Amino acid sequence: MNTRTQEILVGLFVAAGFAALFTLAMRVSNLSQLDTGGGYQVNAFFQNIGGLKVGAPVTISGVTIGRVSRIWYNPKQYKAEVTMDIAPSQDYLPKDTSASIYTAGLLGEQYLALEPGGSLQNLKDGDVIHFTQSALLLEEIVGDLLARMTTK
Amino acid sequence: MIDTIRSLGRWSLNLFERLGCGSIFLLRVLVGLGSLVTRPRLVVRELYSVGVLSLLIILVSGLFVGMVLGLQGFVTLSKFGAENSLGVVVALSLVRELGPVVAALLFAGRAGSALTAEIGLMKATEQLSGMEMMAVDPVKRVVAPRFLAGFIAMPLLAAIFSAVGVFGGMFVGVGLLGVDSGSYWSQMQAVVDLHADIYNGIIKSLVFGFVATWIAVYEGYDATPTSEGVSRATTRTVVNTALAVLGLDFMLTALMFGNPS
Repeated sequence: MNTRTQEILVGLFVAAGFAALFTLAMRVSNLSQLDTGGGYQVNAFFQNIGGLKVGAPVTISGVTIGRVSRIWYNPKQYKAEVTMDIAPSQDYLPKDTSASIYTAGLLGEQYLALEPGGSLQNLKDGDVIHFTQSALLLEEIVGDLLARMTTK
Repeated sequence: MIDTIRSLGRWSLNLFERLGCGSIFLLRVLVGLGSLVTRPRLVVRELYSVGVLSLLIILVSGLFVGMVLGLQGFVTLSKFGAENSLGVVVALSLVRELGPVVAALLFAGRAGSALTAEIGLMKATEQLSGMEMMAVDPVKRVVAPRFLAGFIAMPLLAAIFSAVGVFGGMFVGVGLLGVDSGSYWSQMQAVVDLHADIYNGIIKSLVFGFVATWIAVYEGYDATPTSEGVSRATTRTVVNTALAVLGLDFMLTALMFGNPS
């Protein structure tokens, strides 16, 4: 096999390898869903965040509009503080929007669901969501159920 | 009794000697890589024999491994009513583990043994000493291009293996078993993480490529220059590469995926 054919085949091989890497990155991974940045940040305080993790989706009516970027315990408020990055195009959230932690499916991962309120002013970068609902903890529900069944 | 201990000691000293010899050889090869900048033709020719000629086995194996994953995954997942998560199972298994490891094992069997046999035969027919006589460093002329070619080819082959495997899984799952095509891709895209899974898989295949090619060229260069010596070196390449790849895979997996956040 002469040199020129060899070189063409090697070129095709390397191109195929990069095409495979590209396919893996674009079609198989979550690259298309990763943050492109430039969003605005909103904080919310929760009594208990349950199993919420950094990177969990922030949804409104089921549509993902952002991601949780930071979770930490605020010792001044004695509550967990969650910071979320919301996409810049979604700037219509009223100031009295409420945030709840729901579970996707029965055993799925937990996510933040936003419900818009009725305020005329919108949330801006650095604002705080005041109306929150903590995660439902299995232990609390079971304890509640047992308490009710035994007191009846 | 004493003989057993003596031979055990001899065996371990031999092991350390080969390891040390191999490391010094690796240093020579790495230093020799610099001279390849002016002679890319050599690397292209080796890339052909190491990469292009391995494509057939990688493509066919990738396709079949993906199809088997699709089938087995479907059978188990359907017990939990979770068939639509087939894409996640196939993609994660391939990208994280099977792609780099199986491609490395196939690489060792096909390209690694060829490299060892080639270099060993050059040593046996005194071509390497002939080059030294002509003031041509055989490590720079013969070994370094093969080493660089192996290192470049390995991650490409692993990526091709994984990509073809994902499509093989799709062919079996969506085409034959009735998994929803939209769920196959959308769930996979939601779960497979670019940084945690794909980059880690690429890092693994780079490490495996380095080790597999190192073992192959070292065994060839260090072979006893007889026909029996060359054949022993070739088998040693395949066996040692398999052991090294599997051992490193465990360590890398523990490092990369060991601590769920």
